[in-house]
Amino acid sequence: MTGVQAMRGAPRRLRCCGASGCRSAGSEALQVALEQARAAVGLDAGALPIQPVGCLRLCGRGPLVACDGPGGTALYGGVPPAQAGALIAVASAEGPIDGPLRAEAALAAHRLDLSHPFFALQIPVVLEGCGSLDPCSLDDALAHGAYAQLKRCLQDLSPEQVRDEVRRSGLRGRGGAGYPTGLKWDTVALQPAGPRFVVCNADEGDPGAFMDRSVLEGDPHRLLEGLAIAAYAVGADRGYLYVRAEYPLAIERLRLALQQAQARGLLGLGHCGSRHDLQLEVRVGAGAYVCGEETALLRSIEGKRGMPSPRPPYPAQAGLQGAPTLINNVETLAALPAILREGGAWYAAMGTESSRGTKVFALSGAVCHTGLLEVPMGIQLRTVVETMGGGVPDGGAVKAVQTGGPSGGCIPAERLDTPVDYESLTALGSMMGSGGMVVMGETTAMPEVARHFMRFSVNESCGKCLPCRAGTVQLEQLLQRFVEGRAEAADLDRLDALCRMVKATSLCGLGQAAPNPVLSTLRWFRHEYEAGCGPLAGKP
Amino acid sequence: MSVITLTVDGCDVAVPAGASLLQAAGAAGVKLPTLCHLDGLTPVGACRLCLVALEGTTKLLPACATEAAEGMAVSTTSPELREYRRMAVELFFAEGNHICAYCVSNGACELQDVAVTVGMDHSRFPYRYPQRPVDASHPWFALDHNHCILCTRCVRVCDEIEGAHVWDLAERGSDCRIISGLDQPWGEVEACTSCGKCVEVCPTGALFHREDGTSEKHPHRELPFQLRLAREQGQWRNQGQALPQALEGGGEDPS
Repeated sequence: MTGVQAMRGAPRRLRCCGASGCRSAGSEALQVALEQARAAVGLDAGALPIQPVGCLRLCGRGPLVACDGPGGTALYGGVPPAQAGALIAVASAEGPIDGPLRAEAALAAHRLDLSHPFFALQIPVVLEGCGSLDPCSLDDALAHGAYAQLKRCLQDLSPEQVRDEVRRSGLRGRGGAGYPTGLKWDTVALQPAGPRFVVCNADEGDPGAFMDRSVLEGDPHRLLEGLAIAAYAVGADRGYLYVRAEYPLAIERLRLALQQAQARGLLGLGHCGSRHDLQLEVRVGAGAYVCGEETALLRSIEGKRGMPSPRPPYPAQAGLQGAPTLINNVETLAALPAILREGGAWYAAMGTESSRGTKVFALSGAVCHTGLLEVPMGIQLRTVVETMGGGVPDGGAVKAVQTGGPSGGCIPAERLDTPVDYESLTALGSMMGSGGMVVMGETTAMPEVARHFMRFSVNESCGKCLPCRAGTVQLEQLLQRFVEGRAEAADLDRLDALCRMVKATSLCGLGQAAPNPVLSTLRWFRHEYEAGCGPLAGKP
Repeated sequence: MSVITLTVDGCDVAVPAGASLLQAAGAAGVKLPTLCHLDGLTPVGACRLCLVALEGTTKLLPACATEAAEGMAVSTTSPELREYRRMAVELFFAEGNHICAYCVSNGACELQDVAVTVGMDHSRFPYRYPQRPVDASHPWFALDHNHCILCTRCVRVCDEIEGAHVWDLAERGSDCRIISGLDQPWGEVEACTSCGKCVEVCPTGALFHREDGTSEKHPHRELPFQLRLAREQGQWRNQGQALPQALEGGGEDPS
């Protein structure tokens, strides 16, 4: 089960992906056409529901429609509105939907193989409900078990017990750094008595990363439940969800979900019939990548300029308004309901010794199947890129895989057998990051890749500390020389030295990680930089 | 008041609890280069010149913004740290328009002093020569963005000491700049009390008294005459005639 497939024998219905990716591919027009086609054959919503759902995973083939029926689930991609009639005919037919129908034949080109490894190897934990429930319906979420674990925590478990369970799960922060979640919770919970806050970091900004957006757009109640569980576990009664402004649909759905949950008493004062309060608020960013950094994010919530400050003190000690503050990423929080339902040991049984559980990746770039996938940690990079992703279109070879966005690096094709876990990726000079995975084919020039990411860092540097503000500018200029083939041999040393300086001396994680795309491509593709040295290289 | 003991470059020191590593270094007789730091203002750790190494951690920490803790073993210098500091000063010079010879603060400039301290005689990075404006709308003072190093001392002194909060930052990255009021000309900002604190704390020649010439901050009436004489007659140091006192310090002018 991928979370895309429904149980066999499920009632007839059509699930239309309403996430941003499929929307941009025209899913709204398709849904309207489907409703018209349904009316044209005399059916209503009761006989054949057409339900908007979250991400159906294979974003590159959008708009996606899943067709459930007694015979199982069929998934269709790239269906034009003109074919809506055929989809309705397939979905409403009696007998197995695989039957020899003319409509089925017409849709054959759009039918996607759900037994393909892209779907078959996925293990949905965070994305459990994404693609099967209506993100705008609280009732649908409740029918899928939403808020059950929150109620159980509030009624049956002490905050210590909740923290124990999370510690047992081995869950590590999914925002990029991989800090043990249980340890972070303990640090906040064990601060001296007083007010404390929880914050959900939904400022997902890495290029090529859309994991958090998919959760926000596809299953917002799961995130709210996770955040409420975290708040209970650390003793916070106020919290914020900080979402980047570039995610309008996610913001809309999250706000709606929050209103619904508050109106139903699931969140708020004395929520779920307990003696605990939780006041949550959605805060929208203003277009600064740096606000994904914890301390900058907190300043932004306080209404100040989003700039990082030196740590220590850590937000767990002194965060919002100086109070202990727990900050967790969307994916981290969204994993909690399943962890509490199935137990920490169940979660810890997946993945590797040091990296437990599953991780959501956004696969894009030069790869046949682009989209969202949730796989167990420790899976080989090759399995993700070649088996699930189908490799480079038109049969070319993979040259490198970029992970971790502008803070990560490029992993060369000869290292594709590396298991995907925090330590292995760091050892290769990249990092897990938030989960963006960009595949690069043979034609990609690595100095250009490095310059691309450096330009990103130049544009997104907040300007507070010198190495990031001025160092990245000089790095971009140096990289430009390699791209244009007019570098000198000495520029290689200069590049290397400046990278090390910016990495070692920048104030926050963004500056410290900004040279990583250069350092990792220098390490694995040094010959391309050497080729970027002009004919006068090495001569006086 | 409780006391913290720690070592700085192997030297035992005792500082009051709550003291910064910069104060601890001072107690050990070590003068770390700083630009954004100013006693009495909230530390920001922005210039990265006072970074020190701490035994047991791999990350470098800004001495100005790190609280001393019992038993810490701080190392303020190493070939690596010296190289980073020098590179930092080079980056400062390359990102602005720091032409000492034309600067009102020549000879009374902390950036210049730091360059001398870290031994930066030229920049290995090309000068960026950014296009930056000058705000001379205030009747007494002026702001020359060309010399601003974004230390934010002015921002903090105006906010924390004067309580007027005239200054703040706008834009980001290399476009980052100091603004007055709601990005208005300084002279139009009603909140400004014209106290001049920002001018006094500016480490470079970015904020200055309008009437200042180089001679105001560096008073030496004979200097222009001596310089002309030296140039015309080729009479420099060690050629029979001693240079005026004022040039002794300026001889290592890094630009």
